[in-house]
Amino acid sequence: MTDNRKMNILVPILSVLLGFLVGAIIMIAYGYNPIAGYSALFQGAFGSLYNVGETIRRTIPLVLTGLAVAFAFRAGLFNIGAEGQVFVGWFAAVWVGVTFELPAIIHIPVAILAAALAGAIWAAVPGILKATRGVHEVVVTIMMNYIALHVTNYLIRTVLSDGGSQSARISQSASLSTQGLKEMFGYSQIHWGFVVSIILAVFIWFFLERTTYGFELRAVGFNPNAANYAGMSVKRNIILAMMLSGALAGVGGAMEGIGTFGYMYTHASYTNLGFDGIAVALLGANTAPGVVIAAFLFGALKVGALSMPPLSGVPSELVDIVIAMIIFFVAASYMIRLLILRFSKGEK
Amino acid sequence: MENYVIEMLNIRKEFPGIVANNNINLQLKKGEIHALLGENGAGKSTLMNVLFGLYQPEKGEIRVNGEKVNITDPNVANRLGIGMVHQHFMLVDTFTVAQNIILGSEPTKGAAVVDIKKAEKEITELSKKYGLHVDPNAKVRDISVGMQQRAEILKTLYRGAEVIILDEPTAVLTPQEIIELMDIMKALVSEGISIILITHKLKEIMEASDRVTVIRKGEGIGTVNVDETDVDELASLMVGRQVNFKTEKEPADPKGVALSIKDLHVKDSRQAMMVKGLNLEVKSGEIVGIAGIDGNGQSELIEAITGLRKSESGEIKLNNKSLMHLSPRKVTESGVAHIPQDRHKFGLVLDYPIAENMVLQTYYQKPFSKNKILSFNTIYKHAEKLIEEFDVRTPGTKTKARALSGGNQQKAIIAREVDRSPELLIAAQPTRGLDVGAIETIHRRLIEERDKGRAVLLVSFELDEVMNVSDRIAVMFDGQIVAELKPEETNEQELGLLMAGSSKEEARQKAGDNS
Repeated sequence: MTDNRKMNILVPILSVLLGFLVGAIIMIAYGYNPIAGYSALFQGAFGSLYNVGETIRRTIPLVLTGLAVAFAFRAGLFNIGAEGQVFVGWFAAVWVGVTFELPAIIHIPVAILAAALAGAIWAAVPGILKATRGVHEVVVTIMMNYIALHVTNYLIRTVLSDGGSQSARISQSASLSTQGLKEMFGYSQIHWGFVVSIILAVFIWFFLERTTYGFELRAVGFNPNAANYAGMSVKRNIILAMMLSGALAGVGGAMEGIGTFGYMYTHASYTNLGFDGIAVALLGANTAPGVVIAAFLFGALKVGALSMPPLSGVPSELVDIVIAMIIFFVAASYMIRLLILRFSKGEK
Repeated sequence: MENYVIEMLNIRKEFPGIVANNNINLQLKKGEIHALLGENGAGKSTLMNVLFGLYQPEKGEIRVNGEKVNITDPNVANRLGIGMVHQHFMLVDTFTVAQNIILGSEPTKGAAVVDIKKAEKEITELSKKYGLHVDPNAKVRDISVGMQQRAEILKTLYRGAEVIILDEPTAVLTPQEIIELMDIMKALVSEGISIILITHKLKEIMEASDRVTVIRKGEGIGTVNVDETDVDELASLMVGRQVNFKTEKEPADPKGVALSIKDLHVKDSRQAMMVKGLNLEVKSGEIVGIAGIDGNGQSELIEAITGLRKSESGEIKLNNKSLMHLSPRKVTESGVAHIPQDRHKFGLVLDYPIAENMVLQTYYQKPFSKNKILSFNTIYKHAEKLIEEFDVRTPGTKTKARALSGGNQQKAIIAREVDRSPELLIAAQPTRGLDVGAIETIHRRLIEERDKGRAVLLVSFELDEVMNVSDRIAVMFDGQIVAELKPEETNEQELGLLMAGSSKEEARQKAGDNS
């Protein structure tokens, strides 16, 4: 018997393997050596402490945006707006970082909370519209992304600088980045945000699976009619789920603001952290542990890709193809489920 | 040697772990209505899916007009003149009836232009010939369920079907539509069409069909002529034991008024007033059955009592405390339990384990959670107790509700609702879609609750059920209770007339004339 739980683990793993396989076939078709290509990718992601540090750094915000999308999804909502929530979170954290002078033990949490709050408020708009007026959250969150992009750009020019394209640096007391940690990882851009993202992943798992709030939220996600019949407030749960989802994405933005960069700059277009979060959530089967693993894979792929051209001559865009194929196979999981069933039948 | 249009001989179909059909024979004569009878899960649908080419049998053969055939897919079945009307209609909501009927075999002008005029003409001719009234230009989403079903039947006829399989065709119909369907089936067979009728409703078989083949737990039990059998024999053939149709119960011993409704007005979602000044009382220790045709405000009444819908005006009291304008949670906490009409849509979170469904309204209370954290130990122990007590057949407490049969899902809901020791139990269509065995159990449970001194409000579109279980019958018509009767002092005819809007005097007189 191949049960559902096993499927939920097998499908992503097989999708990843198939994604790599397709990547290898493409490399062969264009005359590259796939073994050289993939070993360069691996070198790039884990070859030295510097590379490991970079991979972790790249993983941190993806864990949070992945959690954001997964969390909303469990309540039956599709939060396409993680992207915009990243922007407002990033801005809020940097604003707290440059504006106040506080001891680090207060400054960092306040900056993160400000980012969470900003993301939550940003996501509350589609949440409230959905709950009270039935407006589809996908449409509203997409629009909110544009608004976030341009509003934060405007605020960087007016509030965080005098017409410049970049804010001042945050004070060291607000920074998640420490010299000691950087040194340990070969002077990479790694920062303490990985602790934040792991804590939040554990918290989200506990919240969803073990608390009465999570019980309600998942019930609303599966069957809003039954939830309503059972005395749960569907409206309240929709708004709550959107706000918590937005808070997570906002913290994802804070990781860039007070972790990786230490400032905010005007963006010409999206960071893609939010959109990658959708793929991470999908690959992680919308569970907290799955999201952490998927985010780590994506982080490693994206960092490793940079080493492919110098080490093996394979263009780094190949990794985009591999990622796209992985997502394709997860989305087409029905096909993979059939394959697994066929396979396990053959064994018997 | 008889002439059979369809013969299914010694059919065996296995699925991993179970034999769904074993040694089943079914022989269909030309121009007969042949019922296929069996409990839920007995293997009726599997057998028909074999005939329709959706499954390949492991053993056995199928003959059409005496010739052995190999039906590899539904297209082959169509070509052989076999059509199927599924229980859940396969229609495109936004298309017209005519567009739906021709879908997949559109008549064309020139190379690729659909000749809708020609199609409409052919459909009109077909519908006249067989007495299947439809409006070819109406969109499917705007027409009644009965007309959708007629469109489905026309769809099979349009493709040249000579054998039509009807899968539980009456499950979704109102009593009036059922009568119409029976007439249509008779018209079809008089034109030489043969019909296989899948059902577990014995009364319909007795009324409509010529012969009946019974299957039980995947085994073919045999075929009998309807003239030579009766409901009791069919029931015991189907279930494998004697079935009690008359629910045994002591006379009620009602106490004080539990539920009291005065001059209640409720609107539906389209703002039409559906409950119009309704008055009703239910005492502790009695079952009041609401009889009525679907759409006379029953759903709105239940939703108003349970807090799922806002009432416009009036008064709802439970043990002298008002339930008006309370949230569903507050209503539940006041002692109301509700077995909802649609168990999939409202009663269960199908993707939750059965244990978690059993605390769907109480998860936030002790001992199921403390400080907002769920105590899974208690939740699962609680489920084990209820499963045992209510004989819910499930592989385990962690099994998803989706995986249970309809009867066991319903038993799980009843277990959950009754376990809260409610003051008032509302049961809306509690046996809808269930087979006789499960119906018996559920009726017994309702009576047990009554005997424990609880008030039970039963809403049902099945007159048998209302007559059998209730201590008092309230007839609902056009948003009001138009009559209250004792089941032993009335009959189906009188109730039927009252439900259709006749006055009490009229109904009594007409029913009296006929009896």
